[in-house]
Amino acid sequence: MIAPRPYALLAEITYRCPLHCPYCSNPTRVRNDGELTTNEWMRVIREAAALGVLQIGFSGGEPLVRRDLPELVRAAREANLYTNLITSGIGLDDDRVGALRDAGLDSVQLSFQSDSTDLADEIAGTRAHQRKLDAAAKIRTAGIPLSLNFVIHRRNIDRLPQMIELAESLSAERVELANVQFYGWAFLNRAALLPTREQVVRAREIATAAKTRLAGQIDIFYVLPDYYETRPKPCLAGWGQRYLTVNAIGEVLPCPTASSAIPDLRFENVRERALHWIWRESESFNRFRGSEWMPEPCRSCPQREIDFGGCRCQAALLTGNAANTDPVCDLSPNRASVDAVLRDLNSSSHHEDDWTYRVNPKAVPV
Amino acid sequence: MQTDSKTGNGVLLFPEGVLELNETAQEILTRCDGKTVSEIIEALAEEYEVDPQMLAADVRETLADLQQRKLIDLT
Repeated sequence: MIAPRPYALLAEITYRCPLHCPYCSNPTRVRNDGELTTNEWMRVIREAAALGVLQIGFSGGEPLVRRDLPELVRAAREANLYTNLITSGIGLDDDRVGALRDAGLDSVQLSFQSDSTDLADEIAGTRAHQRKLDAAAKIRTAGIPLSLNFVIHRRNIDRLPQMIELAESLSAERVELANVQFYGWAFLNRAALLPTREQVVRAREIATAAKTRLAGQIDIFYVLPDYYETRPKPCLAGWGQRYLTVNAIGEVLPCPTASSAIPDLRFENVRERALHWIWRESESFNRFRGSEWMPEPCRSCPQREIDFGGCRCQAALLTGNAANTDPVCDLSPNRASVDAVLRDLNSSSHHEDDWTYRVNPKAVPV
Repeated sequence: MQTDSKTGNGVLLFPEGVLELNETAQEILTRCDGKTVSEIIEALAEEYEVDPQMLAADVRETLADLQQRKLIDLT
């Protein structure tokens, strides 16, 4: 199969993070092989640009934990990549904002756990909210475009209007209101995070109304909670089509959650192979490319070029086989597994509230 | 806006997204250098030797669409 060209690279440059959000999409267990060095990342950035990548997102963990972040941003700008920092904002003092701006950083996506300090700090598992507000002000003062990212779940979904107000007051240009997707720590904590049907219906109305009201001022992007859908999300616009992720230890993944969700797939490492070979030739990138791999009901489905069979990681997590149709699809023979989860939640007024906070991996320092 | 080295076409990049520009949008955006919208319309009309009124609606619509998506600022 002829490989398409990738558009965006997600660089998860570290798994270390000062926050402990129970919905983190990072793997719950991380291999301890040592983070890629500055020079290794520089090579990855150049190879990605040569492959056709136009945009790089620096993520983690918390990317500001790496002192070499401005150097990496500069390297990406020199390779003509649009640079986006996806951050908690912790560690973003005046010096670092200045260094990142001078390196050419194009945009910051700042995460918030909620709109109010008490709830936000409870979710983050640490005192972070006020520091995020300070970080937002510094980003705006430096003239860097600001997006706010809220991860939505049962404990904060009723505060959507206040979250949108916060985005207005911080002069954000974009707001992502993303219902939690169940991978990594979020999968582990699903019972405490999944919103009720009533909450989901209400949230959708609020997000839709706000999008109309704020058009031209704030671009609002609402991510649906896919368990409540009847057709799967077109995950990544298809496996190995437009996106690739390089994680902290150098594994190259079609999506950030693939290494933990699909344990039987072997992922290549930039320490051993060139990026273009991994993208074009590797077993892991080719396994679910196109539609040849699809089972029924996807294989003969008119939707197969629209949703690509949904998410491979979700199929693996919920059915034990990554090659199955995403069980969110109501045509999937495994849809009952999703319905059972929804029924458990929505048929009872007693809800599980305890979650397990994310802990840091024992990282080998660079 | 930058040029996609793989296709030679103009693209607009934004967080987690890329918009591949059609020829019209590209022609308009390359002229966004401090000109007013009316000046952009005149410049395009002169370049393509057509009546500015024929272009005006298209240009205004394209710019309004991009502004709605927060991809450009009109001041």
